[in-house]
Amino acid sequence: MPAVQETVERVKRIDVDQYRYGFETLIDSEKAPKGLSEEIVKFISQKKNEPAWMLQWRLEAYRRWLTMREPTWARVEYPKIDFQDIYYYAAPKPKKAVSSLDEIDPEILKTYEKLGIPLREVAMLEGVEPKVGEEDPARRKIAVDAVFDSVSVATTFKAELKKAGVIFMPISEAIREHPELVQKYLGSVVPTSDNFYATLNSAVFSDGSFVYVPPGVRCPMELSTYFRINERNTGQFERTLIIADKGSYVSYLEGCTAPQRDENQLHAAVVELVTLDDAEIKYSTVQNWYPGNSEGKGGIYNFVTKRGDCRGNNSKISWTQVETGSAITWKYPSCILRGDNSRGEFYSIAISNGFQQVDSGTKMIHLGKNTSSRIISKGIAAGKSQNTYRGLVTAHRKATGARNFTACDSLLIGDKCGAHTVPYIEAKNSSATFEHEATTSKISEDVLFYCIQRGLSQEEAVGLVVNGFVKDVLQQLPMEFAVEAQKLISISLEGSVG
Amino acid sequence: MALLEVKDLKVRVEEREILHGLTLTVNEGEVHAIMGPNGSGKSTLSHVIAGKPGYEVTDGQILFKGEDLLEMDPDERAAKGVFLAFQYPVEIPGVATMTFLRTALNAQRKARGESEYSTPDFLKKVREVSKSLNIPQDMLKRGVNVGFSGGEKKRNEVLQMALFEPSLCILDEMDSGLDIDALRIAADGVNALRSPGRAMVVITHYQRLLNYIVPDFVHVMSRGRVVKSGAKDLALELEASGYTQFEDA
Ligand SMILES: Nc1ncnc2c1ncn2[C@@H]1O[C@H](COP(=O)(O)OP(=O)(O)O)[C@@H](O)[C@H]1O
Ligand SMILES: [Mg+2]
Repeated sequence: MPAVQETVERVKRIDVDQYRYGFETLIDSEKAPKGLSEEIVKFISQKKNEPAWMLQWRLEAYRRWLTMREPTWARVEYPKIDFQDIYYYAAPKPKKAVSSLDEIDPEILKTYEKLGIPLREVAMLEGVEPKVGEEDPARRKIAVDAVFDSVSVATTFKAELKKAGVIFMPISEAIREHPELVQKYLGSVVPTSDNFYATLNSAVFSDGSFVYVPPGVRCPMELSTYFRINERNTGQFERTLIIADKGSYVSYLEGCTAPQRDENQLHAAVVELVTLDDAEIKYSTVQNWYPGNSEGKGGIYNFVTKRGDCRGNNSKISWTQVETGSAITWKYPSCILRGDNSRGEFYSIAISNGFQQVDSGTKMIHLGKNTSSRIISKGIAAGKSQNTYRGLVTAHRKATGARNFTACDSLLIGDKCGAHTVPYIEAKNSSATFEHEATTSKISEDVLFYCIQRGLSQEEAVGLVVNGFVKDVLQQLPMEFAVEAQKLISISLEGSVG
Repeated sequence: MALLEVKDLKVRVEEREILHGLTLTVNEGEVHAIMGPNGSGKSTLSHVIAGKPGYEVTDGQILFKGEDLLEMDPDERAAKGVFLAFQYPVEIPGVATMTFLRTALNAQRKARGESEYSTPDFLKKVREVSKSLNIPQDMLKRGVNVGFSGGEKKRNEVLQMALFEPSLCILDEMDSGLDIDALRIAADGVNALRSPGRAMVVITHYQRLLNYIVPDFVHVMSRGRVVKSGAKDLALELEASGYTQFEDA
């Protein structure tokens, strides 16, 4: 069998067997009744002890949502979703406020341990931090907020962050403790009326992370959130809001997993980023939601709205994503380049295999003068998957001197998959310089054989070649996660059991 | 002792027979040259020995150290000591040469049940070999063969040969595209690897290469068969008379 053919055969067999994160955690949970109504929205708000203004905001979004329709323009296909057949709220019991890790259900902690996330570094957690001088200086600290189904279960390093003035907490807490910040910024980048899924999220979101970095502060550590869907038929609607005040910097990473399920599950998150003058946010994602089995059954519908607003002059927002999971991905992390001299970046690795469908890309909206943006997208399609890059670059009339560079490369493994590039470019002033490069290639039989002749197995050869293909993007990830991402890429493409 | 025994080998590519019963025996420590006009099946033979997909063996057998080579996966053959220096080494963008060398070496060692090289030992070994081949260290940081000159690509093949220490080296048209200086460096590298436990099969269209890598035996291939075998003088004879006498055979 030719090498590529064999690879194709192998990748056909993967996913169910390969999805390492597909275990279920047995814990009691408290759910709202199935379906969506004003009552459910009120129930969620009540559970969260929210102030009246928040409930009002949600209800307005809900009423708006009732008038909206699901978008159909993406190159993805799926049966119609019954929005009344979904649970919109599930909280792991005990649901009382958690102030230290000891109070968290050990089953949940075990789950995070299985995921290999930094929560397990118990000695480094808040309250049990090592004494000064005992710490391994080579290991950089990462503060983690863990969201289990819809509820944030633990946030680490709170005290140390507080000392630096950085606020990092579940958004449900921020709504109560920092209402002035939340009211000012929530919905200011992605308005409640933005699109079908963002509006739905605005009505029913139950938790997520909130970050505020005060002026001039460089956040002393990486911030990270791990999302996990556990409950059956539960939608996960997290909401993340990050504000980098003047001259500040923060790097934030999110990771996602879900157990194997026969039925599809909905995930509709909203992420809003705001940078003021001279501030920078680096936002990285390693997305590994359950992709469905080898027949295309089950898997997460990942319908996500992520947008950053470079509101201040000389500010910068950089998105890096490694997308390997989900049955369907519909996701366009974007930048509004409002401030003069602001800069937006989008670095993406999107891998599809089996029956996965990916429609992802970015929007760079140039409004300010001398704004610049850079898009590097690497799509890898294998199995019977479809992988689409969809990008929009526009320069407003006043955005003189706008510059964009876009490079989209697609790699095909086998001949039953598809890669598509859909770039939209719009310049409303003549001083804009937009460059676009795109390539599509098949993984080369000769390159694979060369590697195998030197002793690599078929799987190792594919992993090596693909990792070479995505190197430019991998380099953008924080060191701690680049290695993890590299392994994930190999696992999602190889036939080897993880 | 016989290291490689090719017996009455018949090979098809896309329903067309390319090798029509080829026989060749190579003993440990020997250097064999295979000469022949373009299209006579030299590369096909090297690919079948290395296990490249796409070739159908319809008859005959290949034994390597007495074992049936055709039963082994190509990576297993590599780990057992079969090395093919390609006529056209491929480029692997984004994969640093150093990473590639290490990944491949450790894969082979693992397959043989040996421990992985430690980083200092590995680096020491690579430095030694690359120095003797005139390969600058920064070349090893670049993607495998990406932007390498013809000479650099071939030296990179010899570098791998030296690192992996195979017992059978097949060199397919190592001289193609090299000027005299580049050829000399590569050939010196190959000669340094000649040893009593290692055999080489040097495939070439031209006699020129055999001035630098002097073979013990020369075989002439034409239309999928070995039509004549002899000592190293046969190469000179061919240089004078050309391949036409065999074309008509
Ligand atoms: N992949 C292939 N498909 C079809 N024909 C091939 C293929 N590879 C080689 N051949 C044919 O087999 C014959 C031998 O080729 P090759 O082994 O490359 O010869 P050499 O290396 O001696 O020049 C030629 O006629 C060539 O056209
Ligand atoms: Mg040839």
